[in-house]
Amino acid sequence: MARDMDNTMDVAIAVNGLDHYFGTGEARKQAIFDVNLRVERGKLTILMGPSGSGKTTVLTLMGCLREVQEGSVNLLGTELNGATEAQLIGLRRRLGFIFQAHNLHESLTATQNVLMGLQVHGRGDDRKQIAAAHHMLALLGLEDRLNYLPGSLSGGQKQRVAIARALVSNPDIVFADEPTAALDKDSGRTVVEMLKALGQERGTTTVMVTHDNRILELADRIVTLEEGRLVKDEFPRGQSLKLVRATET
Amino acid sequence: MTRLMTLLTGRLPIGWLQLAHSRTRLIAALAGVAFANILVFVQLGILGSLNDSTTAPYTLFGGDIMISSVDANTLLDGSNVSRVRLFQALAVTGVSDATALYIENVEWSRPDGGTSTLQTVGLDPKAAGFVPPHLSDTMLQLLLPNTILLDSGTRGLPTAALDGVTSATPYRLELSGQAVSAIGTVRIGGGFTADGSIYASDQTFLNLFPNRSSAAPNHILVNVEDGVDPAVVVERLQEALPGDVVKIGTKADVAAADLAYQTTERPTGIIFGFGVIIGVIVGIVIVYQVLSTDVADHLREYATFKAMGYAQRFFLGIVLEEAVILAVLGFIPGALISWGIYTGMSVATGLPLELGPDRALLVLVGTILACVVSGVIATRRLAAADPADLF
Repeated sequence: MARDMDNTMDVAIAVNGLDHYFGTGEARKQAIFDVNLRVERGKLTILMGPSGSGKTTVLTLMGCLREVQEGSVNLLGTELNGATEAQLIGLRRRLGFIFQAHNLHESLTATQNVLMGLQVHGRGDDRKQIAAAHHMLALLGLEDRLNYLPGSLSGGQKQRVAIARALVSNPDIVFADEPTAALDKDSGRTVVEMLKALGQERGTTTVMVTHDNRILELADRIVTLEEGRLVKDEFPRGQSLKLVRATET
Repeated sequence: MTRLMTLLTGRLPIGWLQLAHSRTRLIAALAGVAFANILVFVQLGILGSLNDSTTAPYTLFGGDIMISSVDANTLLDGSNVSRVRLFQALAVTGVSDATALYIENVEWSRPDGGTSTLQTVGLDPKAAGFVPPHLSDTMLQLLLPNTILLDSGTRGLPTAALDGVTSATPYRLELSGQAVSAIGTVRIGGGFTADGSIYASDQTFLNLFPNRSSAAPNHILVNVEDGVDPAVVVERLQEALPGDVVKIGTKADVAAADLAYQTTERPTGIIFGFGVIIGVIVGIVIVYQVLSTDVADHLREYATFKAMGYAQRFFLGIVLEEAVILAVLGFIPGALISWGIYTGMSVATGLPLELGPDRALLVLVGTILACVVSGVIATRRLAAADPADLF
């Protein structure tokens, strides 16, 4: 049955029986317990939960930022458990990442930071790449901050540069780890609205970790974790597709 | 600069941009590299001054082959050689000429009240084949009794004291109670056993040192006939002369053996050699600290790039770019300061300390290598870790 659902329902990420441990030896502690999840293409999925619930761990496991130990994560048709470094690098280039603390490179200007998102695919025509970076920054309202270093940008502006960097190469999936945590209420909401608008326009799948209640209403789907287990799966917009298997059991 | 680096690296010159971004961090890193350079330069300089001051007196006389006493390790420390060996050597096939070389140290009470030990070299002025070309003009003037050439680099002697000294305007001094005229100069400088040198005829030498006999010089110098390999003649001489009394080698081999003895068997040489080893080790540790601190400072940014799909090659490229920039930029102040230290030490000690291009190149290449290897090692941490663990 599950196989049929995968085929018919356009799944970007399929997680099956995912366990994860931190530490080694005596200190080894299980953080994720048997998580099963299908993430649908082109939608904004939010992972929620209290601190320490494992939501960021699940996000980084799905995003090739952490090695999968037990269980299966199928990302865009490739199994991550046991994937080679070359496979991981190839997959990472099809993803966009937005981090809690923007993680911009301090010595590069806004344009250069966005260029880094393009040049990972190889150096093409310099002028075309710069034009693409400028276009992306303009879409996010930063047309007059193109050559600013991160140090002279506000928190919201930095996060928008980070979004431009993540989206500029048209990734298949965007992962965002508490992108609004460092922002005030208004800029936080603006940033997520931009993210969602650009995602819908381009058909991008977005997976976001947050415990910011102000932006939940923008989600297509809200998945809640507690103590490493998936406990709730909601579709606030009424799409009652049964994408999650056996979460109620 | 950024444009140039973009052309060189074929990408955004992130290494250069990172370094240029934080001035204080860059200055600290360059200070570290420069300090490592200075450390190695100074240690090499001290060891080099021992080498140079050991081999410099060998330029005062010519000859293809030297016959010395078996117990001689340096020019001065062996027993005397009987002049009979000179005549025996002349009878060997391939030998064209031979002469006696006399060496003795003399104390000179300088006009300023200080004392200098002068290594006096006595040689027959008429033995033209054994006088180095740069001294052949003045050598015949030394046939006048009690005339000498004095070392203008003598420790304790003001640098300009011997300017303009000729046979018409000699510099007069007293050695071993005898009035002596310096009618010209040589340039050897002080070493670890003497403060300077004197060059004299064999007759003047024997006047100055009445307890020395013309029958017992320190070494016999031998020239070979044109087109004959000195090594072959050395073998013949070894057969003809008693091996339990004298040893025979080409002049170059004898000088090299003297140097090896000074640097590996004399306490000063061993200490200086050890100083170089310590200097290089400490220098490498400093450079490694500089590079690994730099990688640690940027680890978060590198982890972000790794998350975006950049491969290990890319980070190696950045770190190597930084390593080369730091090595070259740090070398410039390091070499300049070392040059100043050399000058100061040379003035203070009278030892020959020169920062030649060979040594500069050696230290520069060593610094670049140390930086590159340190960078590669420091980057390994990035290769092993999951990006998520580095944010």
